[in-house]
Amino acid sequence: MITFNVKDRDGKQTAIEVPEGISLNLMEVLKGSGYDILATCGGMALCATCRVQVKTGAEQLPPPGDAELDILDTLPSIEDNTRLSCQLRVNESLEGCHFTIPPED
Amino acid sequence: MITTDIGIIGAGPTGMFAVFEAGLLKMHCHLIDSLPQAGGQLSEIYPQKPIYDIPGYPAINAQQLVDNLSEQIAPFHPGFTLGERVETLEKQQDGTWTIGTNEGTLINCKVVVIAGGLGCFEPRKPEVDRLAEFEGKGVLYAVRNPEAFRDRNIVIAGGGDSALDWTIFLANVAKKVTLVHRGDTFRGAPDAAEKVAELARTGIIDLVLKSRVVALDGAGHLEQVTITGQNGQDQHIQADNFIPLFGLSPKLGPIENWGLKIDKSAIEVNTFDYSTNVEGIYAIGDINTYPGKLKLILCGFHEAALMAQSAFKHVYPDQRLTFKYTTVYGITELA
Ligand SMILES: Cc1cc2nc3c(=O)[nH]c(=O)nc-3n(C[C@H](O)[C@H](O)[C@H](O)COP(=O)(O)OP(=O)(O)OC[C@H]3O[C@@H](n4cnc5c(N)ncnc54)[C@H](O)[C@@H]3O)c2cc1C
Ligand code: FES
Repeated sequence: MITFNVKDRDGKQTAIEVPEGISLNLMEVLKGSGYDILATCGGMALCATCRVQVKTGAEQLPPPGDAELDILDTLPSIEDNTRLSCQLRVNESLEGCHFTIPPED
Repeated sequence: MITTDIGIIGAGPTGMFAVFEAGLLKMHCHLIDSLPQAGGQLSEIYPQKPIYDIPGYPAINAQQLVDNLSEQIAPFHPGFTLGERVETLEKQQDGTWTIGTNEGTLINCKVVVIAGGLGCFEPRKPEVDRLAEFEGKGVLYAVRNPEAFRDRNIVIAGGGDSALDWTIFLANVAKKVTLVHRGDTFRGAPDAAEKVAELARTGIIDLVLKSRVVALDGAGHLEQVTITGQNGQDQHIQADNFIPLFGLSPKLGPIENWGLKIDKSAIEVNTFDYSTNVEGIYAIGDINTYPGKLKLILCGFHEAALMAQSAFKHVYPDQRLTFKYTTVYGITELA
């Protein structure tokens, strides 16, 4: 099992467990777990509505790719360690991470 | 006042194809969209991406599909009101509807079709002190008429393609352009980024990197913006206009206030004909919801066809509809 923590917009924190070896990204898992994120573009790194803040564990995640950096660049203001959840594969790198879902645009 | 049979709110693929299905049944349409171009999400979010699930097209570019739809509906001469957001929807005493936009355009119609997708695309607004106060008084979220900036001091904020493109374009028009970017590199189109760097090197524009606009000031109209750098130091710049360009994000917007049954930002419909709980108002495409709903272009097309058959009774109450194939009768241009 891979376990990580998610804090929703109301500040409620929940531990999420996902079996190893599933082929999903974090956005899909968050949506599947009932979190209210738009993910308008369905995971193509085009809309940034799936963004999360990585409060703990940012350094253990793979660095953002070009497409992700491009779209993050177009946002007015973001906190450090903001990532697009659709660009994060669910695997061991997420173990123990803490994510916060920021307010809607 | 514009008068038509069907007023279609939203000119995405679903609204566009609704013109075709209505046109086959001799109903005239008028499309309204808050974006300056037709095509909805396809033109705004992914114009250059291939789509693989349009029947009959193994692959087609999103913008190409929109262009094809424009060609397909041309014989039915739809009216277009683009760049205006629909704010109001009012039932008239004679049973018709009047659609009103934020620019005061009025469209009178017998049937309303809401094809609003994910909602209006609205500009993402940065957190800047007194931003709302100066909207329309120096703060703009899009450049419509570049001449309006002649000999003015303007501050553009953003790091994406549109911030770069407008900086380059307005460099020759405005008295001074200052581009403020949160990062220290531009990852957008390399040519545009290089051009902006060149304009900054030669002193034609001012480039302020690793910084954010944090406050606005002025008496009645914008006069000054405050920029904070990552080192925490503030600088004040004289500015007649501030143009934040941080892309667009969809919002359901005014549709919420029209007395329709809404579930999670989508309008509930009857799958018999995609009618809403209000007689004479239909909702098709991404904006509607029903058991089993899929937000796909091809589903929007299907919904448009069934909607048109049902809308016919509102437009031609005295006529009976007979179903015809286009292969048998072709299509007849509307007058
Ligand atoms: C990145 C991406 C990839 C996709 N890939 C596919 C795919 O491969 N296959 C597929 O079938 N689908 C795909 N989709 C989904 C597809 O784009 C949508 O299903 C489709 O755009 C829905 O069309 P629509 O006309 O219902 O709504 P939209 O395209 O959202 O258009 C709605 C329009 O209504 C306007 N509007 C809303 N409210 C108002 C108002 N009050 N006043 C004025 N205008 C208003 C909006 O500005 C917008 O232009 C994809 C979507 C994205 C984002
Ligand atoms: S879902 Fe659109 S950027 Fe992630």
